[in-house]
Amino acid sequence: MIKKYSVKINKKVHQVKADENMPLLWVLRDILEMEGTKYGCGVGSCGACTVHLNGQAVRSCQLPISALAGTEITTIEGLSAKGDHPVQKAWVDVDVAQCGYCQSGQIMSAAALLKTTPNPTEEDIENFMTGNICRCGTYTRIKKAIQLAALKS
Amino acid sequence: MKKTDSNYSRRSFLKVSSLSGGGMMLGISWFASAKPLESLGELNIEPVWQEVTSFIKIASDNSIKIFSPNPEFGQNVMTSLPMLIAEELDVDWKQVEVEQGNYDPKAFPRQFTGGSQGIRMAWKQLRTVGSAARQMILTAASQAWNLPVTELTTANGMVTHAFSGKSETYGTFAAAAAKLPVPTDIVLKGNQSFRLIGTPQKNVVAPKIVQGKPLFGMDYREAGMLIAMTERPPAFGMRLKSFDATAAKKMPGIVDIFPIKVFNDDHKFAGFDTRSFNEVIAVVGKSTWDVMNARKKIKAVWEVAPERKEMGVNNRETTVPSGLESTTKHYAQMLEMSKKPGVIERKDGDPEKAFAEAKHVIERTYTAPFLAHNIMEPTNTFAHYVGDKVRFVAPIQIPDWIMPSIVARLGIPKENISIELVRMGGGFGRRAYGHYMIEAALISKQANAPVKLIYSREDDVSAGIYRPSYQLTYRAAFDENKKLIAFHAKGGGVPESPLHANRFPAGAIDNYLAESFVIPSNITIGAFRAPRSNFNAAAEQSFLDEISEYMGKDPIAFRLELLQRAKDNPVGKTNDYDASRYMGVLELVRDKSGWGKPENAGKKRGVSAYFCHNSYAAQVIDLQVKGDQVTVDQVTTALDCGVVVNPEGAKNMAEGAAIDGIGNALFGQLTLTDGRTDQRNFDTYRMIRHNEAPKKIDVHFVKNEIDPTGLGEPPFPPIFGAVANALYKATGKRFYQQPFQPQLKG
Repeated sequence: MIKKYSVKINKKVHQVKADENMPLLWVLRDILEMEGTKYGCGVGSCGACTVHLNGQAVRSCQLPISALAGTEITTIEGLSAKGDHPVQKAWVDVDVAQCGYCQSGQIMSAAALLKTTPNPTEEDIENFMTGNICRCGTYTRIKKAIQLAALKS
Repeated sequence: MKKTDSNYSRRSFLKVSSLSGGGMMLGISWFASAKPLESLGELNIEPVWQEVTSFIKIASDNSIKIFSPNPEFGQNVMTSLPMLIAEELDVDWKQVEVEQGNYDPKAFPRQFTGGSQGIRMAWKQLRTVGSAARQMILTAASQAWNLPVTELTTANGMVTHAFSGKSETYGTFAAAAAKLPVPTDIVLKGNQSFRLIGTPQKNVVAPKIVQGKPLFGMDYREAGMLIAMTERPPAFGMRLKSFDATAAKKMPGIVDIFPIKVFNDDHKFAGFDTRSFNEVIAVVGKSTWDVMNARKKIKAVWEVAPERKEMGVNNRETTVPSGLESTTKHYAQMLEMSKKPGVIERKDGDPEKAFAEAKHVIERTYTAPFLAHNIMEPTNTFAHYVGDKVRFVAPIQIPDWIMPSIVARLGIPKENISIELVRMGGGFGRRAYGHYMIEAALISKQANAPVKLIYSREDDVSAGIYRPSYQLTYRAAFDENKKLIAFHAKGGGVPESPLHANRFPAGAIDNYLAESFVIPSNITIGAFRAPRSNFNAAAEQSFLDEISEYMGKDPIAFRLELLQRAKDNPVGKTNDYDASRYMGVLELVRDKSGWGKPENAGKKRGVSAYFCHNSYAAQVIDLQVKGDQVTVDQVTTALDCGVVVNPEGAKNMAEGAAIDGIGNALFGQLTLTDGRTDQRNFDTYRMIRHNEAPKKIDVHFVKNEIDPTGLGEPPFPPIFGAVANALYKATGKRFYQQPFQPQLKG
């Protein structure tokens, strides 16, 4: 059923008309034209579509728009004004990315981790980041970048 | 400075200039003539760009823009290729802004991403581009100042006349330089003069990537664009019989549903036009969600396809068999074939006699499943078909290789086809097969609208162009002193053999036999990061490990011994590898990993080395096994790929290759039951994850002056063998069947 919804994304309220089951991922990409949140699997298994829901890392492909009332969403576009969030800066410093497609999701997961665990152990990082797949194999650099971001924030 | 091979430059300049259409362009080779952009008014502070050549624009404020010709899929050529130009152009890397070149054979002679060829093929070509532009700027300065060009020098984007103290920016002379003919007498720097090449530089696109900018084909949109997906048979070996889309068409947002035929029936296959299914049902709608939902409502009837013939461009006919294939059957077929004589690919000495007289023979069979590419950005393409023209925005590795098929299918001349190249969210060979561009164009034509075709993850996994399923049986014969006297490799696969008959250990053993076999199949296969090598290395390097143990030799010392033989007194004349460079990486990995040192005695470590794509790689892996869990403590990689242009990007690539390889060795498998893939998405296709990645990866490069060879693929294959050998140390069990991890259970 197509209904009207009001969703708060990156501190701005958007009015959208969408099917009640439409996942936030496609609301972002197809309706709001915010392509930073990537489609990887659609079943919550790869983490490419990770956003923050009230500050927590969630998979936007698993979140129907009808479940978002009263929540605050942050996407990669809202993580920082100029790409200067400590995690983003660390990602550039460590030269993490290869193809880069999964990195929005990796960065959103990392930022959520550091919010609750400002000084994560290696094991904390591995466990928290396990839901984010990278086929290029940038995991060791991601870990290094998270440690650097923790040090600098 | 040394003068290098100016014939090379002259020939390539002339060759390309003939493509550019003659007239005023002739003699300016592939470079376009000066096309200064219109100034946008006095208040506008936008710099005025001068197109010095098709690769280089220089602005009045001395900003430098360099176009990267090759498609980018994460190998970081958008940094390393422009570095080659910037080195010879003599500009400060900080001045340089990089832009992706679109598909344009006149402007960019070689736009090709595959086979680890990017840097190797561009090494002289792109330095020539930089050097030519530098000379044009020098000539323009010489004319403006009325001073001999020999008295002028360049550095950091400045031209200087030391005697008079005059110094001006490149930007000052760019307009005049752009009008000059491109010189043909090109002088390239000697390696010792490099100031940029060999220095670590960060990925120039990183700032955009970390902000999630819409860099990928999947992110592309424009006004009026519709979304399309395709519905295809549920299993290989099936085809569309009929369908009813009445209900699906009534779904919200759906514009149209219709069948398309990817190729005409008389299509001549050229090699990289593989597609899994020729007839698919296109669903076109306003949003991805609408289209995904409508697909479920299509009532399609599929049937088992009969055997068919596919004609190649050289009238080579391939028979695609009928039937619903299964992995268990493939393995049984390969095992059966391995017991019959194969096609002899190479024979040295008298292997039959040596095996007959042997005191001991070790025989082992190695098997691997199909692998799906699992590019993180699923397959997609934007196409807009208008009149007799089509415009693509496409993630494609090798546009030149799909163009003839696009021309043939759409029946329009190649001049009417434009391709904007976008960053690819992974490739690994998958995006060398551009059938999806044809699909998108046909859908756009029929829907009469700009269309973005998207594959779901399930489409991508279940209708792939896979790494084939392979098998290799090795036999080694020994005399009474445990001396290796004969070696036999028999390799086959579905539907191609993995065998590289002239690679190591061919050349190192007097009596050698290599045989191959193939099993025809309707499962579509293609290039996958280091094709064939990615399996051979696993099998061969495991086998060498096992026979070195039987002989009581250290696995590195044993390999070095064989290589020394191949170096000093090679058997046969067609050995593909350079034994010295092979030995070099083994020695480097031995030293850097502390191989054989007492402090490492307790480590469960495995070694492996392999040659492919003109480069040499060796790896040592340290791991632990607890139950069915593998923890990788460290990987040490040694690489010889000649001169390393960007050590930062190169290290990242080699680290990624190790992680990707460990993941595929432990977990990777695409299996089939009655033609249907058992894995459909990442919930069933096991990928390596953060907690399974090595805790530490060290990458070491052999330092030499050899022109760059390949890098993207070579560090991938050997790690499979290193994993198998380390697992043996950790568990006491040899691993012959990929993936390895499921065998740790129970």
